[in-house]
Amino acid sequence: MKQGRYIRQTSLKEFGPQAQQKLQAARVLIVGLGGLGIPVAQYLNAMGVGTLGLVEQDTVALHNLQRQVLFTEKDVGRPKLEVALDFLREQNSGTELLGYDTFLNRQNALSILGGFDVIVDATDNFPTRYLINDACVILDTPFVYGALHNFEGQVSVFNYKGGPTYRCLFPAMPGPGEIPDCDTNGVLGVLPGIIGNLQALETVKIITGIGTPLAGQLLLYDALGQAVQKMRFPLVPENLGISQLQPDYGDTLCGTTAGVSIEALLELIGSQRNPWILDVREPEEFNEYHIPDSVNIPLKDLESLPQELQAGTYYVICATGKRSRAAVQWIREHMRHIVALNVEGGIEKYRALCP
Amino acid sequence: MTILLFGVTKDIVGSNSLSMPLSNTGQLNTVGALKAYLGKTYPRLKELSSLAVAVNNSYADDALPINHYDEIALIPPVSGG
Repeated sequence: MKQGRYIRQTSLKEFGPQAQQKLQAARVLIVGLGGLGIPVAQYLNAMGVGTLGLVEQDTVALHNLQRQVLFTEKDVGRPKLEVALDFLREQNSGTELLGYDTFLNRQNALSILGGFDVIVDATDNFPTRYLINDACVILDTPFVYGALHNFEGQVSVFNYKGGPTYRCLFPAMPGPGEIPDCDTNGVLGVLPGIIGNLQALETVKIITGIGTPLAGQLLLYDALGQAVQKMRFPLVPENLGISQLQPDYGDTLCGTTAGVSIEALLELIGSQRNPWILDVREPEEFNEYHIPDSVNIPLKDLESLPQELQAGTYYVICATGKRSRAAVQWIREHMRHIVALNVEGGIEKYRALCP
Repeated sequence: MTILLFGVTKDIVGSNSLSMPLSNTGQLNTVGALKAYLGKTYPRLKELSSLAVAVNNSYADDALPINHYDEIALIPPVSGG
């Protein structure tokens, strides 16, 4: 560590060189490099956390740039993980950076999370949040939660020294479509910056022992009213009894969103990344109109999909998004080597945008 | 009785908060009774898989007694990031 690099924080008498050494020795995993994960990664890296793990498989889209401020226009179409690793390496050469080019799922969660002291939940969907909760309970690892809705944010520290968990607050996972996400509702660029920074702060408090982590308390931030409220909530002891992951965390376990929009697909096509498109409509519909280079396997014939189909990410499309959703569900249950993403809005929306 | 609304409950009710007149709050003497009353008035609230209720900034279960002077908050999970 270069002399003086961290002097502005080590000179705080409550922090000091001891806290800096704890940061240096700490291993933190950030799940998701979106609006929340970006500020967490930038600040923890700047402040001198010794080992940072990053989990992300998405690519940078133009509509990410209003809030994911690490990315620039020239990064559109590139993998977020690669861009973030390049930036963080230049920002702090002393950090050991570990990239996981995957979305978190029930197969990889325990092995990835297992190597870290603190997990930061910077995801944007319920299945991954519940998966992180259960994995952290099994591994006895604290996790720092942040989430957004319109102009509001929530922050808390779960599973900290035997304290309350996410399931103590929200026992049952909402069904698909029950709570709108940022893709549906929109998000004001600066809000994930605020909430992500609060997550970075809680992470530093957990590691160094300064202050009081938000364990057993849910912080509610209202951006429009500049109002902060805290609600205390107790441990429900049986929630610490989780000993294995659930067999299934719903149909949206792709790590970032329940599916991808037509706009995102068009950006991928336009960026020459040649996304693999699987069209599950009937052959008559396919012959009448289809996206160039897409493959047609009707939903009812999915079982004939060859198991040797190359491992990778497939964008599954139908007329409006219903059959493709069912297809994605089937593929996730039966073909674990394939990542299937539902294209929302389907061919109808595609044709409206690309007549 | 003031009920602060968060997340999707704000969207369902169409407001940031609800103010319950004194005449109504007499019968609504527990969190459970209040939830049942709100669920009748706003059926989509009943459909939420998880909905935390805070009374005076503390998590409350259905049996907790409430009175007119309590500040209630409805807090659903949110997913965005």
